[in-house]
Amino acid sequence: MGRYVVRRLLQMIPVFIGSTLLIFLMMYVLPGDPVRALMGDQAFDPAVVANIRKDLGLDLPLWQQYANYLGGLVQGDFGTEIVSQRPVADIIADAFPVTVRLTLFAFAFTVLVGVGLGIVAGLRPNTMQDRGLLALTLVLISMPSFVLGFLMQYLFAFQWQLIQPNVRDSENFGELLLPAIVLGSLSLAYVARLTRTSMAENLRADYMRTAVAKGLPKRRIVGVHLMRNSLIPVVTFLGTDIGNLMTGAIVTEGIFNVKGVGNAIFEALIRREGATVVGIASLIVLVYLATSLLVDLLYAVLDPRIRYA
Amino acid sequence: MPEKTAEPEKNLTGKTTAAVPVPAAAVEAGPAPDKARSLWSDAWYDLRRQPMFLVSSLLILLLVVMSFAPGLFTSASPRDADLAAHYLQPPNWSHFFAEDWLGYDGQGRSIYARIIYGARASIMVGLGVTILVTVFGTLMGMMAGYFGGWIDSLLSRLTDVFFGIPFLLGALVILTTFENRTVWVVILALAFLGWTSIARVARGSVITVKQSDYVVAAKALGASTSRIMFRHILPNALAPIIVVATIALGGYIAAEATLSFLGVGLAEPTVSWGVDVATGRSQLRNAPFTLIIPSVMVSITVLSFLMFGDAVRNALDPKLR
Repeated sequence: MGRYVVRRLLQMIPVFIGSTLLIFLMMYVLPGDPVRALMGDQAFDPAVVANIRKDLGLDLPLWQQYANYLGGLVQGDFGTEIVSQRPVADIIADAFPVTVRLTLFAFAFTVLVGVGLGIVAGLRPNTMQDRGLLALTLVLISMPSFVLGFLMQYLFAFQWQLIQPNVRDSENFGELLLPAIVLGSLSLAYVARLTRTSMAENLRADYMRTAVAKGLPKRRIVGVHLMRNSLIPVVTFLGTDIGNLMTGAIVTEGIFNVKGVGNAIFEALIRREGATVVGIASLIVLVYLATSLLVDLLYAVLDPRIRYA
Repeated sequence: MPEKTAEPEKNLTGKTTAAVPVPAAAVEAGPAPDKARSLWSDAWYDLRRQPMFLVSSLLILLLVVMSFAPGLFTSASPRDADLAAHYLQPPNWSHFFAEDWLGYDGQGRSIYARIIYGARASIMVGLGVTILVTVFGTLMGMMAGYFGGWIDSLLSRLTDVFFGIPFLLGALVILTTFENRTVWVVILALAFLGWTSIARVARGSVITVKQSDYVVAAKALGASTSRIMFRHILPNALAPIIVVATIALGGYIAAEATLSFLGVGLAEPTVSWGVDVATGRSQLRNAPFTLIIPSVMVSITVLSFLMFGDAVRNALDPKLR
């Protein structure tokens, strides 16, 4: 187990470096210049621009810039924004907790409601409630989150005036409720469908028949035998989904005006602040890699046949 | 998936129609009942009996016609703006398919005309990205799965690297650098990031098929590598790839609308539903229809492709039934 974790952690290193390098390249190779953006519409002296570029190390060859950046990153230095002169670490410290809170809230909603609905439908496949759930999830999946977001905002905030259209206090869970539901709804639909399919499939498995034949109480059959086997694909999906939820938050945060990572990334992109974008993106990649490792370890818990040497 | 490789002989004898994106449609009428059916004719036989397939293909057909011949649906222009006469004029629900049927937006343009002309962007992005992703992803996955060894390790790590980048974030980063974002730029950006899931599926599928007897036999008979790969393995490994590709298509359309809505996808003067949602946003309180109508169109389109994908999966993957 320990050796497996170490091996997986070592395998993550090239993937992490590769992903951040790719984002770094996209940020720095593609056209768009932060110094030029700094000047705005004013007339500027090319010598001044060249000087600023030199001070910032933007005149170095690309591989050297990346090496410098990575070197700083390893020491916990995310770099500094060019225009505001704020350390990127500060920006991340401001924005990340907000998005993490929103994501976890959405995640909890996804797990509870999604798995719940999936169980209800999966236990009785091809009944009315099963078909109803299938239709509901299809509708949810086909609505891009901005559609659902605006619909909710329009109905709850403008039409019925139950909530504020914008989130002003990101620590207030009541205000975050609607954005979290909007953010989580797509995953919820997938989780419900996966749980449903997986349970409906396992209902016919031999071990289920054995459990019933042995006369085990229904609670134990469903709770232990069926659930444990059916949840494996769901856990896989949920693990890889946390990263998606965090990026999906970019849209949700935009609709409800939450000051989180999405907001920070958006501002940084417009000003071409490479360090901020790459820093935040690297953290999201890290979250994604960590959760996928966690998922693999959870497999062993759910399926005793899997043993990591 | 063993079911798919169960009837390889029939697949090899002709009707494989491998390169066609929706192969089921290419196979003619259902075969005689007692004859062994190939996977594709079996799937086509199933598909024709699914109401979901019929409804969704009709909707898709309508959308495709709309995107290639918008003039058939409306004579109004999506760019004619008459602010004085039509500023935010609400829909006139009884004027079916007339210029003022769905009202006018904040610039006095007919929303109905914009809906019709906006279909092209969505359909082109959806189909374009799916085709590129399927071709490239299949090639990558096939090479990784067939050759194995260091090629597999290398390509799989490369896939991991691209897979690690969150889709929306990567698209944001790429697209903000382009001043002039045409449909093609958006297609290329989405395809650049999206090929990984197809590559993974293709790799797994090819590894399963590679071990079949008929591949070993072809090798023993001295068939060339490319012949084995494209004539023997590809047709038999294609089913799961097509399932993933058709389901992803709706997702790409949603992605384009989302990016356009965020202001980094398509932009004026391209007519796109996502752009219209973004412009309608400021009127959410007083004229919600300017935002809701294009949103509904995006959802209907994504829904049609999802239902289509679901139907294809049900037909091609008997295990899920």
